[in-house]
Amino acid sequence: MARHDTLAGVRETKATSSWLIRLWQWGILVLLILLWEAGARLGFVDPYFFSSPVEIAQTAVVQWEKGTLWRDVVYTGMSTLLGFVSGTVVGSAVGLLFWFSRPVARVAEPYLVVLNALPKLALAPVLVILLGIGFASKVTLAFLMTVIVAAISAHSGVKEIDDTFTTLMVSLGARRLQIFTRLVVPSAMPWVISGLRVNIALAMAGAIVGEFIASDKGLGRMIVYAGTTFDLKLVWVGVTVLSVLSVLMYLGVVALEKVLSRRWSASANGSQGK
Amino acid sequence: MADAAWLTISRLSKQFGQGEGAVSAIREISFSVPKGTFLSILGPSGCGKSTLFNLIAGLMQPTSGDVLMDGRSVINRPGQVGYMLQKDLLLPWRTIEDNITLGLTLQGISRKEARKMALPLMEKCGLDGFAHHKPQALSGGMRQRAALLRTLLTGQETLLLDEPFGALDAITRLQLQMLLTQIWQEMGKTILFVTHDVDEALLLSDEILLLSRRPGTVLRRFMVDLPRPRTPHMLAQKETAALKADMMDLLWKEVGQDGTA
Repeated sequence: MARHDTLAGVRETKATSSWLIRLWQWGILVLLILLWEAGARLGFVDPYFFSSPVEIAQTAVVQWEKGTLWRDVVYTGMSTLLGFVSGTVVGSAVGLLFWFSRPVARVAEPYLVVLNALPKLALAPVLVILLGIGFASKVTLAFLMTVIVAAISAHSGVKEIDDTFTTLMVSLGARRLQIFTRLVVPSAMPWVISGLRVNIALAMAGAIVGEFIASDKGLGRMIVYAGTTFDLKLVWVGVTVLSVLSVLMYLGVVALEKVLSRRWSASANGSQGK
Repeated sequence: MADAAWLTISRLSKQFGQGEGAVSAIREISFSVPKGTFLSILGPSGCGKSTLFNLIAGLMQPTSGDVLMDGRSVINRPGQVGYMLQKDLLLPWRTIEDNITLGLTLQGISRKEARKMALPLMEKCGLDGFAHHKPQALSGGMRQRAALLRTLLTGQETLLLDEPFGALDAITRLQLQMLLTQIWQEMGKTILFVTHDVDEALLLSDEILLLSRRPGTVLRRFMVDLPRPRTPHMLAQKETAALKADMMDLLWKEVGQDGTA
């Protein structure tokens, strides 16, 4: 009992019902929006720069009715998703295949590190000139943003595999390809999965920057266009819609993670103990 | 028990590294094992027992010497023996059933067929109720049973067990020792069993091989003439106690202690 009391003093652990937690979580958001609106009306937030929630909503409705908003959402969303999926698949495959050859992996590793450090967004102008201002340059940029992280994550998973598991597989008569598919791939899955959250955000950053450089569609282009015409209300619409899109994609990835982790909850790195 | 040697180890040596820094793990080890024998290998830690097993399992190339099984060399031919370690090495994403049948499915046997083959043994070991559990949900003893079944189900005649019960508590260990004895008698496998525990070796084995400090060589070979089924009680009998004392003396001397201390 005394122990419990001591702990309670260190960190509040009182059971709070989950609906109350939810209420607070949403309540703070609503309160902030109300403060913003009130500030804009009462004059202590400059509505020219920061607009106001009501104005943003009104502008969004106008854009929606024109049909351009939905078109831009789909454009940015699709280039993000395509870049994310292709980058994750290709990168993970490369990282996993490094298992087959330690020398190849060791030669490639410094390149991965350098490529990871390289600001790939700086390549955006080159890609636009190379691939045009259309969809392809956005997807490619999103792909480049994700592929290296995916490869590094998967390769980390491969490196963590306990050698005794490999010994076991060999002693059971497994061939190389069997060891790869039945031990290496499933064992590295938690690492692959943990890279997904980071990568969805990176892919979106790639897609948006691609649109910033040159594009005729997309939320990124909408924001740049609105900015150059001093239409800050429209900039705020773009930012808001992007935020919502980003959160939705993040939640999608979290759901995907859940499904995948149910199957591959642990890896063969020996940390399971006896 | 057939008299013809099933497994013959002849003048087997293994050295790691070259020149100055070379370490000799085992040197000129020779012994042979008739089919169906339960042979324990005892020795001070670092005597090269695991190296010996890796060589017999075909996972390592010896510096010199040969390992013959049923008259054929197994050097560099893995997959000829069942191999079990102290760590259960169950794949955490597979169910117990799919872990146990891993060796069978690797041989190309269908999942369904493999499960059918595993079922009687799972029932015998009390694992049938846990078929669909993941290894994390099981106790250490249960997991080691599963690892034992995986080893048995590969269908190999020869099993190498490297301190398989070393990490278990005394009661669980005894249960598993009895289970192993029972299965061994029913299935007639040839077992090589590495242990640090003299009592365990006495309780299970037909013969005990005592290895020296590194580089490991054969110090002496003991026969254990106790009737079966054996009970822990037999370890307290006069002859067994004398045998144990002999072995302990040899081991003590080997690790540099005074045998009379």
